[in-house]
Amino acid sequence: MAGNTINVTLKVWRQADKNAKGAFASYNAKSISTDASFLEMIDVVNTGLEKEDKEPIVFDHDCREGICGMCGAVVNGVAHGPQSATTLCQLHMRKFSDGDTIVLEPWRASAFPVIKDLAVDRSSFDRIIEAGGYISVKTGQAPDAHAVVVPKVKSDAAMDAASCIGCGACVAACPNASASLFTAAKITQFAKLPQGDPERRSRVVAMVDQMDHEGFGSCSKHYECEAACPKEIKVENITNMNREYMRTLVTRD
Amino acid sequence: MLDAKVPDGPMAEKWTRHKFNMKLVNPANKRKFSVIVVGTGLAGASAAASLSEMGYKVKSFCFQDSPRRAHSIAAQGGINAAKNYPNDGDSVHRLFYDTVKGGDYRSREANVHRLAEVSVNIIDQCVAQGVPFAREYGGYLDNRSFGGAQVSRTFYARGQTGQQLLLGAYSALMKESANGNVDLYTRREMLDLIVVDGRAVGIVVRNLISGKIESHTADAVILATGGYGNVFYLSTNAMGSNVTAAWRAHRRGAYFANPCYTQIHPTCIPVHGDFQSKLTLMSESLRNDGRIWVPRKQGDTRRASEIPEEERNYYLEEKYPSFGNLVPRDVASRNAKEWCDKGFGVGSTGTAVYLDFRDAIKRDGEDTIREKYGNLFDMYERIVDDNPYQMPMMIYPAVHYTMGGLWVDYNLMSNLDGLHVLGEANFSDHGANRLGASALMQGLADGYFVIPYTLGDYIAKAGPAGIGVDHPEVKAVEEQVKARIDRLVNSKGSKTVDEYHRELGLIMWNKCGMARNESDLKEALEEIPELRAEFHENMNVTGSPGNFNQVLERAGRVSDFFEFAETMVRDALERSESCGGHFREESQTDEGEALRKDDTFCHVSAWEYKGPDKEPALHKEPLNFEEVALTQRSYK
Repeated sequence: MAGNTINVTLKVWRQADKNAKGAFASYNAKSISTDASFLEMIDVVNTGLEKEDKEPIVFDHDCREGICGMCGAVVNGVAHGPQSATTLCQLHMRKFSDGDTIVLEPWRASAFPVIKDLAVDRSSFDRIIEAGGYISVKTGQAPDAHAVVVPKVKSDAAMDAASCIGCGACVAACPNASASLFTAAKITQFAKLPQGDPERRSRVVAMVDQMDHEGFGSCSKHYECEAACPKEIKVENITNMNREYMRTLVTRD
Repeated sequence: MLDAKVPDGPMAEKWTRHKFNMKLVNPANKRKFSVIVVGTGLAGASAAASLSEMGYKVKSFCFQDSPRRAHSIAAQGGINAAKNYPNDGDSVHRLFYDTVKGGDYRSREANVHRLAEVSVNIIDQCVAQGVPFAREYGGYLDNRSFGGAQVSRTFYARGQTGQQLLLGAYSALMKESANGNVDLYTRREMLDLIVVDGRAVGIVVRNLISGKIESHTADAVILATGGYGNVFYLSTNAMGSNVTAAWRAHRRGAYFANPCYTQIHPTCIPVHGDFQSKLTLMSESLRNDGRIWVPRKQGDTRRASEIPEEERNYYLEEKYPSFGNLVPRDVASRNAKEWCDKGFGVGSTGTAVYLDFRDAIKRDGEDTIREKYGNLFDMYERIVDDNPYQMPMMIYPAVHYTMGGLWVDYNLMSNLDGLHVLGEANFSDHGANRLGASALMQGLADGYFVIPYTLGDYIAKAGPAGIGVDHPEVKAVEEQVKARIDRLVNSKGSKTVDEYHRELGLIMWNKCGMARNESDLKEALEEIPELRAEFHENMNVTGSPGNFNQVLERAGRVSDFFEFAETMVRDALERSESCGGHFREESQTDEGEALRKDDTFCHVSAWEYKGPDKEPALHKEPLNFEEVALTQRSYK
């Protein structure tokens, strides 16, 4: 452990509520341990604000170990910050230098309205899942787990897609604010598995329609989503989603 | 005397018989009944989805922005089930036996047996949902072995088993939401329980975005709100994990059982400084090849590589020659604390010990070690910025699971009529120590395969509650909640909520942590109320209650942790035996191991709330062991 400290300047988006006009505010983060995580650095700034009886910066976070998908912000123009395959909570201050200015903004997308400061409303993701991101099996209906054999290569591919944590970085990184990577990952997970087959056609149509309905943009192959994804979900999933969609349109049951 | 309502009959037939004897609600009538489910982790999401599928109207609540964020998502290792796919001698009875023994004979046998029985159905259900468990090349499910078992019964999805199981339960929940039978209430925090004529009929929640206080009533209430590990401030729990829902139910009459049973995991990344917010767990499989040591010289500041062999104290290998570094979790944890307390700890804070792979790398080569532990080494390097192939890891124990919780009977109902408690929030299945890969099993067992039966029996017997949100008692509870929020938000002192939480955590960690003794516990019982009074006097809550106010959220949770902490310490003081994760220094064998006192303490301690600043009353549920003989665990 290095045990060094640095001073950085934060320029943070502050917005009182959904309808308020937001603006950047500057804060000095002093004597920050380079071993601190990025969110711990914000904790320090917030402690200072609370001591001055000012409202601290609101940001979503929970597990702080990169799996719950709750945290996220655009750091110097990059979703989740400069370290690849890393959520904001797992980014550490050693990736910054003394004297740096760090610009911090919420995810920007009309389908992710800002709630307050850096916290956004991602319920549109839940509604995409609600449209078809499941297999319609009721509790108790399942046959023995070994009744259906799944080739390892397919199972592994489903797992790759299923690793998505639903953080929304893909949307924030996309110039079109498209949710294609998020939606495609779930469609691919089930398309790879025999259990997902009965609803394969209706699922892709319903989920893509819901994605459009929520106001997310279309994919025009910038691939910024893959670069920003903390779980390294591949754009191949989008190709697969498009293939599934076309297959449904041009073939019959 | 508490009645656990364990059904009659031989252990292996109790659940089957009980299922037949329970009353049913006919399919057409189920839609007339409503159920509130608080929490959307494995237990809550699976219960909400299953009950909705059966026809009940379900309202599901979580404080996160989506049900998918619940902390079950962070579980890594796996989920146990007695499938015996590897043909290596597993059975329902063996899983039952291992779990009772692992819990150091402080769990309820009948509950554990049922858990083992339904474990096999969980795997079937999850596979049907599309959970991508690890598979072998033949396409069948892979298993691995875990602590406390001699068979391979653990199913897993890479290092993200909790995530995949939760997303499975979440997808089932969203399916029911799409059907219109589940109403989802996200970013809502339960702040009180509504009890009318002794029956739990609703909850009061705060809308975390608008600040609005909302009441919801139903025919039954289910709490699946997780554990209380964050009473220690630093733990492997998520930042938002809290005891508030359980504690508020406790204040309304639900008994809190065995709060002193907490599990401390020995291999976590240590605290790096005062601003640390969270601890991260490293799989304990590392102890297979890593050697744990501290310098022989107190306060030695040399780098590990500069400390010669004869100045290294491999304390586990010296003290436990036969088990060495592979002693059980509680023993490894306690010894690390002991050496750090004596001033031999390493790292900038002195609260860490080395886990050294030097000899394993010399023996097997770096590639072999990378193959086995590469992902863990990478995670360590990301957080600590040190290369564990070249320098020993630094580790320290951390709180990560709580076995205690609200008391429930065999039907998972608390002593309060209508209030059911599932998953980590209840106390029932793990006794004084939980085995690895059993938390996921219990959460899903409760939600998918127990509560759908037992809730029907309750509803069939109790009938409709018939309480609307305009009922005077509902209004009265709402007013109490609002008054409490006003008190919190009007607190304009000089210290932050987190500062007090940290101080409380230190008291708990130092005096009610890995090793406990009478004098420390008595001190804690003095210190906690003093600090609590100061907290209410001198904390500062910024902002207003009428909007998104994360400081206010934390203030409410910390306030409840302060009250809960006292009961937890009281329980630890009262239980003057050592068992599982509860180690009383006064009760140890000649070799320094945990010594149970079965004559005095073979019972569940269930505490009844008696009012603010009043001592809670202790109720006991005797534990009878019909199937598994009580023996002293030995690590020699």
